[in-house]
Amino acid sequence: MNRSTVIDAHNVSKVYNPDTIPVYAVNNVHLHLERGEFTALVGPSGSGKTTLLNLIGGLDRPDSGEIIINGVDITKLSDNQLIDFRLHNIGFVFQSFNLIPVLTAKENVEMIMHLQRLSKGDRDTRVGQLFDEIQLSDKLNSRPSELSGGQQQRVAVARALASKPQFVLADEPTANLDTKSAFNLLDIMLKLNQEENITFLFSTHDQRVIERARRVITLVDGKIASDTAPVNVATTT
Amino acid sequence: MWLVRLAWLNLWRNKNRTLISMAAVFFAVVLSTVLTALSDGAFDNMVKNVVSYYTGYIQIHRQGYWDDQTLENTILNTQPLQDSIYSAPGVIELAPRLESFSLAASGDVTRGVLVVGTDPEKENLATGLKSKLTQGKYLDSQSNEVLLCEGLAKRLNLNVGDTILLIGQGYHGATAAGKYAVSGLIHYGAPDLNDRMLFMSLNEAQHLYSAEGLITTYVLLLDQSEELNETASLLRKLLSSRYEVMTWEEIMPELKQHIDTDTGNSKIFLGFLYVLVAMGIFGTMLMMMIERSYELGMLLAIGMKKYKMIILLVSESILTVMVSCLIGMICSIPLVYYLNIHPIRLTGELEKTYERFGFEAILPTSTEAEHFIWQAIVVFCIGLFLSFYPVWRVIRLDPVTSMKR
Repeated sequence: MNRSTVIDAHNVSKVYNPDTIPVYAVNNVHLHLERGEFTALVGPSGSGKTTLLNLIGGLDRPDSGEIIINGVDITKLSDNQLIDFRLHNIGFVFQSFNLIPVLTAKENVEMIMHLQRLSKGDRDTRVGQLFDEIQLSDKLNSRPSELSGGQQQRVAVARALASKPQFVLADEPTANLDTKSAFNLLDIMLKLNQEENITFLFSTHDQRVIERARRVITLVDGKIASDTAPVNVATTT
Repeated sequence: MWLVRLAWLNLWRNKNRTLISMAAVFFAVVLSTVLTALSDGAFDNMVKNVVSYYTGYIQIHRQGYWDDQTLENTILNTQPLQDSIYSAPGVIELAPRLESFSLAASGDVTRGVLVVGTDPEKENLATGLKSKLTQGKYLDSQSNEVLLCEGLAKRLNLNVGDTILLIGQGYHGATAAGKYAVSGLIHYGAPDLNDRMLFMSLNEAQHLYSAEGLITTYVLLLDQSEELNETASLLRKLLSSRYEVMTWEEIMPELKQHIDTDTGNSKIFLGFLYVLVAMGIFGTMLMMMIERSYELGMLLAIGMKKYKMIILLVSESILTVMVSCLIGMICSIPLVYYLNIHPIRLTGELEKTYERFGFEAILPTSTEAEHFIWQAIVVFCIGLFLSFYPVWRVIRLDPVTSMKR
């Protein structure tokens, strides 16, 4: 597996209400992620998981510290540069799928490629590959309302991968899924991680996800309390 | 292009919201079109009534006649002068008149009358005099009979076939006297005119007032009433300063003022309508932005540039407003045409008031294309202006705040 640094965060802090009662959502965090990692970010509610994901994903700006992704300090980018950076470097999977309801599964995934101005031929090839990988080739033309929650989340994963990002950030990806769908999604994510060396960083409370992660980072009160590989490292089924 | 397609699909994801927006725009276009068509139609009708009533669109006199209406201020009725007037674009007919006052008598009763000597055929073309005939027969340019207004005939106890005596002062102080058979009665709505007007042929009037070849007024009929002021300006240039050219607006300033006031009121009403519509559209836009806040934040997160989001949302607004404006415009056409053919008829006191002034008690609509087009454009612009709200929201959009549940 080719190991190279994807995420390098130094002294990252995010403070809410700095002028009144400061709340450190993320407090002086150092984080280093290499290509091909499959990492879970865990911790109790309010520990700063989502804030840290938002900072690494360039959705929010830290009050101090630097976040270097693939050699680029994203804290120095303008808003417009950040949008462009996200489009080409980061894939997002959200807790509640967030597919565009009026578009088909294929169109939802294709949208990212439209934003990247890929040709129709390239789009079709990429969509074909992605739907094979998420095992939904027969649902290309289904609308989100015609898909189960698990299928929708798989389409969301395909959308996150559509731009061939450096890594995928997933915020509680299995929170709204039943056990079977959650395992199915995890299997696909692990397969993509192992076979295509795609880096995943996801926040979760879900023990099923934590058990399959190769690395588990625990956040407490905005600080990294532990950073370990779980005892029982899962493999692709 | 895919953004426009997405915008179109987005319109139908919440059909009720879209239909409410479209209904607001649709009714705004229909109502504002009908309102302006009614308003302009009613004014046009009023102007036509006035013009066909007596004044014509434009009158030409000797300079100073309007302030001093005597036979000393006459002009020579010549073919070259008529040719000059006809040469102005838009002038389709002119009726020469010799107007003066005389004392009319029948038996023991006398009344002051306004004697109008005119070319019967041309007068009919210019002001539709023949249509006002209620009894008897119309004037003949060769006969020495006269037409009396009903009110005057009643006051003098005269009927068709009776004789009326006229006595007054002619050109250069000559005595003007004559007796004439009443060939017919005409009706004018305005009591002021109905009680004192008498028509005779121009030749006969010139003979009565010893004013051979002279007239006091040319009454002009125009092809395009909208070009009234342009035509009047042109005539002022064509004719020498010996002549005064007056539009009906100058002859009847009180009517012009009334129309201007009513037009102002209509505009205020229209303004309220536009505000109501704007509030309706804005309400649905507000709902839309709240509903889609999370989605827009997500689009921003996954890398959609803000300008693309603006294109998406503005396309949605434009499509909503454009489609409903078009439907509103198309639907208002048959409605306006129907109200033109079957105008709203006034009743009660309003009807009596209108008829007293010789106006038809109806409110026809104007079918000018500009009403349909302009109202659709105005409402479209309102919709377009309101679409700046989503634009403003997108400019301020922050993905983290937007995606907070």
